[in-house]
Amino acid sequence: MVAIVGYGAYVPRYRIKVEEIARMWGDDPASISRGLGIYEKSVPAIDEDTATIAVEAARRAVKSAGIDAGEIGAIYVGSESHPYAVKPTATIVAEAIGATPYLTAADYEFACKAGTAGIQNCMALIKAGMIKYGMAIGADVAQAAPGDALEYTAAAGGVAYIIGKDGIATINETASFTTDTPDFWRREGQPYPGHGERFTGEPAYYRHITNAANLLMEKMGTKPSDYDYAVFHQPNGKFPRRVAKMLGFSDEQIKHGLLCPIIGNTYSGSAMLGLAATLDIAKPGDRIIMVSFGSGAGSDAFDITVTDAIESYPRQNIRKMIEKKQYVDYGLYMKYRGEI
Amino acid sequence: MAVPRYWREIPARYNLIGKRCKVCGRVYFPPRNICPVCRRKSVGQMEDYKLKGTGVVESYTIIHVPPPHFEGEEPYIMALIKLDEGPYVTGQIVECDEKDVHIGMRVRATFRKIMEDGEKGAIYYGYKFVKEEE
Amino acid sequence: MREVAVIGIGMTKFGELWDKSFRDLVAEAGVKAIMDAGIEGKDIDAMYIGGMSSGGFVEQEHVAPLAIEVAGLEDFHIPATRVEGACASGGLAMRQGYIAVASGIHDIVLVGGAEKMTDVVGTEATNVLASAADREWEAFFGMTFPGLYALMARYHMHKYGTTQEQLASVAVKNHYNGSMNPNAQFNRKISIEDVLASPMVADPLYLLDCSPITDGAAAAILAPLDIAKKYTDKIVKILASTQASDTISLHNRKRFDALPAAIHAARQAYKMAGVEPKDIDVAEVHDCFTIAEIMAIEDLGFFEKGKGGKATEEGLTAIDGQIPINTSGGLKAKGHPVGATGVAQINEIVMQLRGEAGKRQVKDAEIGLTHNVGGSGGTAVVHILGVI
Repeated sequence: MVAIVGYGAYVPRYRIKVEEIARMWGDDPASISRGLGIYEKSVPAIDEDTATIAVEAARRAVKSAGIDAGEIGAIYVGSESHPYAVKPTATIVAEAIGATPYLTAADYEFACKAGTAGIQNCMALIKAGMIKYGMAIGADVAQAAPGDALEYTAAAGGVAYIIGKDGIATINETASFTTDTPDFWRREGQPYPGHGERFTGEPAYYRHITNAANLLMEKMGTKPSDYDYAVFHQPNGKFPRRVAKMLGFSDEQIKHGLLCPIIGNTYSGSAMLGLAATLDIAKPGDRIIMVSFGSGAGSDAFDITVTDAIESYPRQNIRKMIEKKQYVDYGLYMKYRGEI
Repeated sequence: MAVPRYWREIPARYNLIGKRCKVCGRVYFPPRNICPVCRRKSVGQMEDYKLKGTGVVESYTIIHVPPPHFEGEEPYIMALIKLDEGPYVTGQIVECDEKDVHIGMRVRATFRKIMEDGEKGAIYYGYKFVKEEE
Repeated sequence: MREVAVIGIGMTKFGELWDKSFRDLVAEAGVKAIMDAGIEGKDIDAMYIGGMSSGGFVEQEHVAPLAIEVAGLEDFHIPATRVEGACASGGLAMRQGYIAVASGIHDIVLVGGAEKMTDVVGTEATNVLASAADREWEAFFGMTFPGLYALMARYHMHKYGTTQEQLASVAVKNHYNGSMNPNAQFNRKISIEDVLASPMVADPLYLLDCSPITDGAAAAILAPLDIAKKYTDKIVKILASTQASDTISLHNRKRFDALPAAIHAARQAYKMAGVEPKDIDVAEVHDCFTIAEIMAIEDLGFFEKGKGGKATEEGLTAIDGQIPINTSGGLKAKGHPVGATGVAQINEIVMQLRGEAGKRQVKDAEIGLTHNVGGSGGTAVVHILGVI
């Protein structure tokens, strides 16, 4: 058996509203919000990056799980905005939570799904009996060129999961669907990503998520109504609603985990943060499906059942953390992002 | 500067690992080699000790003219903080309005980027402080 | 121990001396002191030069032999030593000279201090100065020198009710004094309003609460009292020379409303000289920031702890006040070429005791004191001088 032993999330305190970004570029904020299903996004402080966000999330996870960090045998940090091109973020996290030196660690990159790839790796190591606990992190300070449509959604946040044998939620199964589909990329040495515009939708996001979800449900012999909650990758507020509908899930099933409208797309943190917000309110016996998506492209789907242990687990209340916020204008946003 | 100078301070700067004198029990942060109370007796008796990172603002200032590595971050709050275990430490307070910071404010340590050695050099992380939530 | 006298002084003008190099400054101050003492270069037995960071400011270390060379004294092969104690380097050089003469090892000693600070840009100067603080545990985290004194200022304000205006009154007084000192960097008078309208550097310290970046050098010639008369009749005796240390970091100090090292050095100095604070007629104190002067006049025992701000505001430290402080204009108006400051303070007190201070002369000054501080208080040097 493989389970989530603990989780911890971190979303920077600063926010910028869609209106403020639209004001810069002469866009109509109402139509942007309607079109993307987003109202505001998180902004990292000037001294925050993927490493600091990952550390904050990891520390919360270790504290909530009440485990000895020295027993963590593997740490994987998934991100598309690692502070170094070469030199792992995972070692910074390992050192900062006191997990060093007896562990394996690595950084992953697969656009927005590198974090769930980390969960799968931890699951495998647990099943193989190689480690007692593994930690998988999805964290990003997403980049977007000023004026690009991505600027409305590219946000910052992260979440860490501790995977072990027994815990607050059992991971029953996982399934992946992967093809070579260049819908979004960032070349080595380039500061901002490029993307295939509408190509990111049908052949990329929708195709991979639906295939991974259906494959998982086929494996498990389940149907959408068997799940209490569903969480899909959230590049904006609209795509996850539409993919839920396509697969036969209701708005009710996805609404608890849908954070994008209020924090934006946290990339590697996106679906995993949605799952964390769902675990915040889940009851023993609840069943959850989570499907990530990473451009390039691939999806990892997970079938999860919440256990009795959740009742005694000190849950973080991620939505409450998100409510503690401070708005910045476009000038401060640029300063915090190091653009000026 | 070469990285070893920063690397060797990682335990203290990431995790507030200071020293405790096994003779008198006093806790020191930043780490000290010798206990100034027990002196000779403390030689070889200073053990690693992890501080909680919580404390109280004893005094503070708002830096408007920063040193080179901090240009672009100003204004920022620097404080003299009395940690709950006793030692005082100098650190930045982040995510706090300049009008809110005050002597007696409770803070806790957080993990932030301190500085970068230029665009090509290493990035140095360590503790800063945020207001402790009630 | 032999009694020691100051038989000659000399200093450059202080300021942004764009056309003068480090070497030019050293040569000028040294030559002036030698001429003032009425000695010749060959009479000098040893040299001590104070400098905080010639390496940081002009990329030149090993400046003691350089000083010998620019003075043209190399053929005598006398020992020359650089002394470093951050902003107290000059005071330390003075004390090393005193010790050398008092002990009988050397007779005539040239003491100097020099700093050329404007050969680097402003932020770089800030960074070099920050090396007087604890680089690993203060400066590394973004702390600056004004920041450290700002922490003490805030603490003092919180504990004793010291006001922003009281801080400003230190700068106003020192600029007034500086207006009468031809060697001062600033000769303009300022008002409380000017200080409070200047840009904030490190809250609560405004730009005009801070001493400036300055180029300058100062020197003094020391000799045993019994042979001093051979050269000059303008003799000032060193009644006390003391030094004390504390932690380099502010956070490891026992208190933040005073500089314990300064209290310690002052206590010893009064004992050594056999005088009390009330016996001091004039004092040059280390006002690198306005709060520093307020703490200094308390630490030196001129005023009760916490009353320094009020005393300054009431004019008790003016030239015609109860205890005239920083008649030269202090570090604030005269300027603060860090390594030179301690020796420049000696220059001012010697001038006052000789009755050569012109418009800023304190009437009947017979005993004067200097208080020179390194860093945020890790080093403190106190000298007490008297007419004979």
